[in-house]
Amino acid sequence: MRSVIYVLTALAVFGLALWAYQENYKTQQVLKETQTLQRQIGAAQVRLSVLRAEWAYLNRPDRLRELADLNFDRLGLLPLRPDQFGKVDQVAYPRPPEPEITINNAIDVRAILEEQFP
Amino acid sequence: MTRTPLRPLARVLEARAKGQNPAVIERENIRKRHEEMRDRTRARAEGRLLVLAAFFFCAFGIVGTRMGVMATAEPREPIASASGASIATQRGDIVDRQGRILATNFETHSLYAQPPLMVDPMAAADGLVQIFPDLDKDRLVTDFTGKRKFLWIKKRISPEQKQAVHDLGDPGLLFGPREMRLYPNGQLAAHVLGGAGFGKEGVSAAEVIGVAGVEKKFDTYLRDPANGAKPLQLSLDLTVQAAVERVLYGGMKIMNAKGASAVLMDVHTGEVISAASLPSFDPNDRPRPPTSGFDPSDSPLFNRYVQGVYELGSVYKIFTAAQAVDLGLVNSNSIIDTSGPMRIGRFPIGEFQGKNYGKLSVADIIVKSSNRGTGRLAIQIGGKRQQQFLDGLGMFDPTPFEIVEAAGGKPLLPKKWGELSTVTISYGHGLSTSPMHLAAGYAAIANGGNYVSPTILKKTGAQYGPRVMSNNAAEQARAMLRKVVTSGTASFGEVPGYEVGGKTGTADKPKPRGGYYDKKVIATFASIFPMSDPKYVLVVTLDEPSILAYGEKRRTAGWTAVPVAAELIGRVAPLLGLRPKVEPVDPAAIRLTAN
Repeated sequence: MRSVIYVLTALAVFGLALWAYQENYKTQQVLKETQTLQRQIGAAQVRLSVLRAEWAYLNRPDRLRELADLNFDRLGLLPLRPDQFGKVDQVAYPRPPEPEITINNAIDVRAILEEQFP
Repeated sequence: MTRTPLRPLARVLEARAKGQNPAVIERENIRKRHEEMRDRTRARAEGRLLVLAAFFFCAFGIVGTRMGVMATAEPREPIASASGASIATQRGDIVDRQGRILATNFETHSLYAQPPLMVDPMAAADGLVQIFPDLDKDRLVTDFTGKRKFLWIKKRISPEQKQAVHDLGDPGLLFGPREMRLYPNGQLAAHVLGGAGFGKEGVSAAEVIGVAGVEKKFDTYLRDPANGAKPLQLSLDLTVQAAVERVLYGGMKIMNAKGASAVLMDVHTGEVISAASLPSFDPNDRPRPPTSGFDPSDSPLFNRYVQGVYELGSVYKIFTAAQAVDLGLVNSNSIIDTSGPMRIGRFPIGEFQGKNYGKLSVADIIVKSSNRGTGRLAIQIGGKRQQQFLDGLGMFDPTPFEIVEAAGGKPLLPKKWGELSTVTISYGHGLSTSPMHLAAGYAAIANGGNYVSPTILKKTGAQYGPRVMSNNAAEQARAMLRKVVTSGTASFGEVPGYEVGGKTGTADKPKPRGGYYDKKVIATFASIFPMSDPKYVLVVTLDEPSILAYGEKRRTAGWTAVPVAAELIGRVAPLLGLRPKVEPVDPAAIRLTAN
């Protein structure tokens, strides 16, 4: 009986050692991946901040004003003035759609054409 | 354990035979047994103490060792935790009230040289001069061939320049990463933002520190990594600020003014939506402070709306009128005699262009801007109460506006507050304040009598300070201000639909060495709009304006600052989401026609 317990204990120790060994390597692998990911996140964030800065630079009011002036022929943009405010009832709503014309005894033109010019 | 009997029979019998007392034997045995028991418990207790001591020794040992390790180990970013990745840049962004970027960071490179590593110093110097024409070739050659081990060549270079230097291929030319502060909107809100520069510099990094404006005021906040990616949100509105600066610049040019400033402030929260001071500068390339010259206001760095401490003139009259109403001395219809002559000590108090208005109501004193009328009100109020009132409006201390320059804008008070000071200050002479002070004062009138401190940070909800005047006094003061625009000195200030009310002020500019200039003025217009439900205060100040109108050189605020302010309101109010409306008129009086 006692020897069986000894053997089982030894086996358990082997098993645990093997498990610990594997976990150790897995952990190291995951840490390495985390580092790579974090480097990527950092790079992405730097890129993002550059893009944000670029967006802000391209949208600076001076530039937008110049662009509006340059493209005045096409866009006709002017600064917002108080007299441009209106009321909802001044807005022209699109007219209600015309009722569709019901078509009776239609002729399939394509079928006739195919028949004449195969 | 074997127990020894307390009265062993053999010894008792022996003792009896000898005629001794057997009880002695028993006592002796009890004593021995007790001694034995004592020794045993002591040994046990000692053992326990030892175990405890060992435990504590180990525990403290572990703590101590860990502390030692932590103190001496190199700091290292924890690899496993995810939070470390949120900080990409060393300085927080600054954004406007809608989250649009006002200041951010940009990665650039610095260029340095290590001459011992150089292969061909002459060729390297040649190539560098071709890329950077501003470098001096002879100096570079002496540096490269001399004893120096290290030298900076350029603090900041663009990616193209970096590639060009890289293509030179000299191993002695090296790059270090540099984070640089970028203000993408150029000159916009330059005085608020201030600027940033490099602090301590190393090869692999350089500290970016704020040198002025909010950058300096909130330097610790912006540099604190604990704030991570959270930006500093200001109360400024980028669009409004751009419109204000543009219109103000145009106004300044038309009015031939040397400088101009505008402060637009929310009357309930104290948020400054826009603050402009012209001439301006580019915070990306902040000019050096002037080292020579007499007048600091000549420099574009001079922040007119907090550092421009001047006597602002008649705009103060409304405070006198509001206080007189608040104290119950008068109401807006009370008649005051403004006829002259009026003398305080040996100083005569006169009116603009020597006019004489005769008997006027309090409202008309404000509308016609009568110095003598306001002076008489001030005498009724008295110096002490006037001081308390102005102090309550924050006129005696630098504004709490959160930029470093604000602390320098300390109002100039008279040394002795006599009756003359009381009278002159009642119409805005003798007390010098900045436009920001004035905006805070007008905000109190606009919001119904509560002081609000101007702030550059975004707030939510009303931020009322202590009450400085009654709601009734504020209401009557607002009615007077409205009347100034509809039928007084600020008639150019009417903007259809926005019910502007305000007061003009024209004050002679002081000479740097005492006395006043004859033909140089500071023209101010402080306005509130829309009057039926006040939301914003706008203070426009022009420095030395003059315009030719109707064959006359005009310098008064009514001809200069007021039209500029009206144009500003017309331009800015729609951007603020204010809908123009028809002014509510009093309902027609119902007359009893029949009984």
